[in-house]
Amino acid sequence: MSVLFDGLPRRSLIALAVFFGLLLVAPWLVNAYVLSILVVVLYYAYAGQSWNIMMGFAGQLSLGHSLYVGLGAYTAAALFVRYGVNPWLGLVVAVGVTTVMGAIVGFLAFRFRIGGVYFAILTIAFAEFTRIGFDHAPLITAALADYTGISVDKFPALGGSGGLFLPVTNLSSNDLLNLRGAPIMFYYVMLAMTALALAFCRWLLASKLGYYWQAIRENEEAAAALGINVFRYKMIAVMLSAAMTAFAGVFFAFYYNNLFPEQIFSMNRSIELILGPIIGGLGTLFGPILGAFVLSPLADGITEVLQWAGVEIPGVKQVFYGVCLLLVVVFLPNGIWPVLAKRFKLGREQ
Amino acid sequence: MSDLYLNAALSGALTGLVYGLMALGLSVIFGVVRVVNFAHGEMMTAAMYGAILLSQAFKLDPLVAMAPVAIGMFILGYWLQRGLINSFVTRPEHTQFMLLVAVAIILVNGQLIAFGPNARNVQVDYALDSYQFGSVILDKVRIYAAIAALAVSAALFAFFRFSLTGKAIRACADNFLGAQVVGLDVKRLYALTFGIGAACVGTAGCLLVMLVDVTPAQGPAYTLLAFIIVIVGGMGSLTGALLAGLIVGISEAMAGALFVPSAKSMFTFALLVLVLLFRPQGLLGRTP
Repeated sequence: MSVLFDGLPRRSLIALAVFFGLLLVAPWLVNAYVLSILVVVLYYAYAGQSWNIMMGFAGQLSLGHSLYVGLGAYTAAALFVRYGVNPWLGLVVAVGVTTVMGAIVGFLAFRFRIGGVYFAILTIAFAEFTRIGFDHAPLITAALADYTGISVDKFPALGGSGGLFLPVTNLSSNDLLNLRGAPIMFYYVMLAMTALALAFCRWLLASKLGYYWQAIRENEEAAAALGINVFRYKMIAVMLSAAMTAFAGVFFAFYYNNLFPEQIFSMNRSIELILGPIIGGLGTLFGPILGAFVLSPLADGITEVLQWAGVEIPGVKQVFYGVCLLLVVVFLPNGIWPVLAKRFKLGREQ
Repeated sequence: MSDLYLNAALSGALTGLVYGLMALGLSVIFGVVRVVNFAHGEMMTAAMYGAILLSQAFKLDPLVAMAPVAIGMFILGYWLQRGLINSFVTRPEHTQFMLLVAVAIILVNGQLIAFGPNARNVQVDYALDSYQFGSVILDKVRIYAAIAALAVSAALFAFFRFSLTGKAIRACADNFLGAQVVGLDVKRLYALTFGIGAACVGTAGCLLVMLVDVTPAQGPAYTLLAFIIVIVGGMGSLTGALLAGLIVGISEAMAGALFVPSAKSMFTFALLVLVLLFRPQGLLGRTP
C-alpha cells in the first residue's frame, strides 16, 4: 500500500479522497443524463490510462488503440452472444486475444527497430486492417470456404458491417455477474476499474519496470547502453497496454449492446482515446483522468449549447476537439495536470 | 479472364501514378523539414473540393484547375509552416505529430461543415471516353491523369536537381547545420518546401478528383495511404515514392478484381507489413 501514497503531500491525499468520494456518491447527486456522461468520462479515463502506459511511460506512440478496444469488445460479445459465455470469462479470453495482438504489433515493429512515426503508422495500419477485415467477415469466411473447403459454420459469424448486437437488458435488476443491468451498475464498475488502473499505474511507475520504461522513453540508445533490454521492455509495455485496453472494449460492448467495425475500430476512436491523456498530461498519473474530465463534458456542453441555439451541424464538436488539441499542444505542451500540480503543490516532492 | 486482370492492373497502375504524386508531396516535406505531415490527405481533400468549386463556378477542367489550386495550396502550405509548424521543428516527434493531428481534425470537420457529408465529383465531358489497345481498354481520364502526374513529378525532379533554390533545399535536408553556416535562410526554405509539398498534393488532388468521388471523411485514409507509399518506397527517395505509388495502385486494382473493391486497403496494409518485415528501409531506400 505504502508505495501508492509515498511522498504525496497531505493536501494531495485529501484532494484525492474528496475526488473519489464525490465520484462514489455522484449517482445520488446527479440526474440520469449527467450520470451517462460520467460513465463516458470514466471510460475514457480508464482507456487513456491504459494507452498512457505505452506512450506516456515507455514513449511508444500508438495511434491504433481502437484495435485493442475493438478486439476486446468483439471477443467477449461474440462469446456471449453465440455461446453464452459469461462476460468476465469472456474478458479473460479478450485479454488473451489483445495481448497476443499487441505482441504481434510490437514484435513486428521493435524487432526491426521501427520507432516513432513509423511505429505510429504501423499501429494505424493494423487497426484499419482489422476494421476492414471485420467489415468483410462474412465474405472472408465464405472465400475461405471456397478456397480451403473449411465450412463457414465452424467460425462464429461476427456480423460484418451489419453489426453485432447483444440482447437488450432488463434494466430493473442488476446482474453484475453477467454485466447486464442499469447504467448505475456500469458506472460503479467503471469507477472501480479507473481507480484500480490509477493504483496499478502508480505501482508500475515506482517499480523497476517503470524506471526502465522512462529510461527508454527519454533516450533509447542510452538505456540500451546501460544494459536495459529495450526490446523486452517495449514488448511488455505494448502487451500490458493492450491487455488493459481489452477491458475498455468488453465494457463498451456490454454497455452499448451493439458493435459496428466501422465505429469501434475507427481511427477517430483511437484519436478520441488519446486526446484525454495528451491534454491532461502525457506520462502523468492523473493526466488521463483529468483529460477525460475536461474533454467529454466540454464536448457535450458544446453540443448542448448548439442544440439550444437551434444549430445542428455535424462536425462542430470535432472541430472543437481539434482546436482544444491545437491550443494545448501549442501553449501547454506538457498538458494541464503538470501546471495544476505545480500551482497547487499537489505533486510528489522530487 | 486474364484480359480482365491485365486491364485492372493497367488502370490500377495509372491511378497509382497519381498516388505516387500525392506521396511525393509527403516525402518532400518529411525529407527536408523532418516534420510528419499528418494532415496530408486532408490537404488533398481540400484541393479536391477546390477543383470541384472551380469546375462548378467557371467550368474549369480539373487539368486546368491544377494551376490555381497548386498556387492556393502552396500559399496554404507556406503559411502553415511559417505561422504554426516552424516553432515545432525542434520539438519532440510526438508533439509535432499531435499538432498536425489537430490540424487534420479541424480540416476534416471544417470540410464536413462546409460541404456536407455527401460524395461529390467533377464531370468532364470526356469522362466516359476510353482508348483501346488490343484487348485492353483504358479510360481517357485515367490516362490524362497519369500523364499529368508524370509531368508534374518530372518538373519536381528537375526543380530539385537543377534550380538553385532546389539545391539549397536539398542542402538543408542533407546538413542542417552546414546549410545555416553557409548562410541559407533555413526558415524560408522550410516554408518553401512545405509549400511545394502542399502544391504537389494539390495537383494530385485535382487529378484524383477526376477518378474518384470526394467526401470529407476520406482525408485520414489518404493520409495513411500516402504514408504507406512513402514507407514502401523508402523514406527520402522520390523515385521510390513514385514506384511504390504504382505498386499500391496495381495492388488496389487487383484486390478489386480478385476480391471486393471495398477491401482494397487490406491488400495495401498487407503490402506495408511485408515491406516492414523484409525490407524495412523500403524498396529504394538506403540502408540506415
